[in-house]
Amino acid sequence: MNNEKVRVPLVHISRRAALPWYKAWGIRAAAIVLALVVCGVVTTLLTGEDPIALYLSMIEGAFGTSRRVWVLMQNVAILLCISLAVTPAFKMRFWNIGGEGQVLVGCLATAACMITLDEVLPNWLLIITMLLASLLAGGLWGLIPAFFKARWNTNETLFTLMMNYVAIQLVAFFIIIWESPKGSGNVGIINQQTQAGWLPQVGPNRYMLNILIVALLTVAMYVYLKYSKHGYEIAVVGESERTARYVGIKVERVIMRTVVISGALCGLAGFLLVAGTDHTITTTLSDNRGFTAVMVSWLAKFSPVFMVLTSLLIVFLDRGAGEIATDFGLNQAFGDIITGIILFFIIGCEFFITYRLHFRGHRAKGAAENV
Amino acid sequence: MFDLVSFIPRAVAQGVPLMLGSTGETLTQKSGNLNLGLPGVMYVGAICGVIGSFMYETSGADMNALLAVGIPVLCCLAGSLLMGLLYCFLTVTLRANQNVTGLAMTTFGVGFGNFFGGSLIKLTDSEVPSIALSATSSYFKATLPFADDLGWFGELFLSYGALTYIAIIIALVCSHFLKRTRPGLNLRAVGEDPATADAAGIDVTRYKYKATCVGCMIAGLGGLYYVMDYASGVWSNDAFGDRGWLAIALVIFTMWRPAVSIFASILFGGLYILYLYVPTGMNLAAKELYKMLPYLVTIAVLIIVSLRKSRENEPPRHLGLAYFREER
Repeated sequence: MNNEKVRVPLVHISRRAALPWYKAWGIRAAAIVLALVVCGVVTTLLTGEDPIALYLSMIEGAFGTSRRVWVLMQNVAILLCISLAVTPAFKMRFWNIGGEGQVLVGCLATAACMITLDEVLPNWLLIITMLLASLLAGGLWGLIPAFFKARWNTNETLFTLMMNYVAIQLVAFFIIIWESPKGSGNVGIINQQTQAGWLPQVGPNRYMLNILIVALLTVAMYVYLKYSKHGYEIAVVGESERTARYVGIKVERVIMRTVVISGALCGLAGFLLVAGTDHTITTTLSDNRGFTAVMVSWLAKFSPVFMVLTSLLIVFLDRGAGEIATDFGLNQAFGDIITGIILFFIIGCEFFITYRLHFRGHRAKGAAENV
Repeated sequence: MFDLVSFIPRAVAQGVPLMLGSTGETLTQKSGNLNLGLPGVMYVGAICGVIGSFMYETSGADMNALLAVGIPVLCCLAGSLLMGLLYCFLTVTLRANQNVTGLAMTTFGVGFGNFFGGSLIKLTDSEVPSIALSATSSYFKATLPFADDLGWFGELFLSYGALTYIAIIIALVCSHFLKRTRPGLNLRAVGEDPATADAAGIDVTRYKYKATCVGCMIAGLGGLYYVMDYASGVWSNDAFGDRGWLAIALVIFTMWRPAVSIFASILFGGLYILYLYVPTGMNLAAKELYKMLPYLVTIAVLIIVSLRKSRENEPPRHLGLAYFREER
């Protein structure tokens, strides 16, 4: 036995048993701090300003005035709503990246009711009809790919992706039909005089109702995933379809039911957008939140509580970077670059939570510095 | 009457970015990496080419044909290579989730493209009103001198810039590589079953890195073609649109065959602009419905492929999953 001759690799990787939660979140926090440093360097290179001053200006841009705080909260609420919506599907390993389309058909259904039924129904009934229509439309948009996934195992990632564009074109079609004034290419504020179908203002600000609804939804989703039978079935199907079949769970039914719920909640987000705040419909109303929600949900490890934090982080970055871009006359897409860099770091740091590195010669434990 | 002679060249011009994108993505997917960052990669490829040639055009030097084409191409390849390396580092070395990584790369890449597209003039303190690289574009669009004299034949087959023919050659080479060569066989093995490939002595990590990086570089060229040839060197934010996603759809449509993608991408290009040719009169709304066609066709193909379950048309078995030797 001659040990010197055996070639030992420089790094050996093994899976960790389990990391205490405070260590795992410590690694994530370290990754975010590192990412913020990198973002600071990038921003300084582009603008030539002191990075600390830039971060202060980001905070100013996001929290500066009470109006900004309300807008921030409203954006967090909508993003959180869509993130919550896609989460049950993800827990089941159903990659629903069609949130964008499901939100848009929800918007479309809401707007359709507002435009066609505003003189037929009393206001309270109109709002209920709008709500049901948006849930139904979003659910249907989810059901179509889910049905094919459950029956014939059709690839859901690409199917839901394509459904986004079908939805966008459908909205574009109806915008031209409803456009007012004719030829302007947009719908304008719907029912501006009568305010029929507009959600009533609750509390001090018109965004309050949306925020309350989403807060309730967060709690409901937490309970649904953690304590209900449905939530348990979702978790089993996600971990192992075969186990699920073995214990007698009807996998097809669980898949379809979960994705319909997922789509319907996306539709609800569309309802909140159209009836609650924007009162109009455009093809970009969802603003890529359907894709961002995938990352928000994943970053929070599918936990509704942490999703509040991750969606706050993403919206803060977006609005803060927007403020910097305005200050320096740069393009608004600056926010996407900052968001992208931070996401890369958080995605990368998961490795150091799941795996452990053993270096040649000595045994290194935490390797968070290497992110 | 439907004007085929003017329709087909426009369909081809629409198809080339899709062709390059889907060829690159096919190569990537054959290694088991489902790169949803493709739209971002194509944006980065395009904007890197634009930055390169913008610097060159505004530097005031005399334009040299070789440099005018070479600089943007090299910048584009370098930019998309970096994106490919980033994707591989996160998903192969750090074993991150491929869908999330891909979406983050798309956010980043599209943001990167729009940011530099919108701020390049301010950042370089130059005095031009907009990014219009017509001089560089003229080199990319140069056709054979006698193409115009050949009537409809010249119009249909010879009226394109060099990148179009290069795209077709790349697709054919990739097809040959995957089907007929030993490394191609190894690559397919990595995508189907990395554990078996590993046991057979194939370096899984190296194959994944190489396939994904080369795939990203090819896709980046698609972005460059769009700006330099199709858009005549004019950059406008978000103009590239959803072509990156369509390229991913094409991969499925062609069932992972780069040679088929030559025709399929032209077909998709045709579907993409069909609404301009369909006589709908003043009914603008109907045109929006025609724009759905490429996506509906892709959905139909997805469904048909999953119904038929033939073994040859299946996606690579290990697509979308990370490989870790010690997890069996």
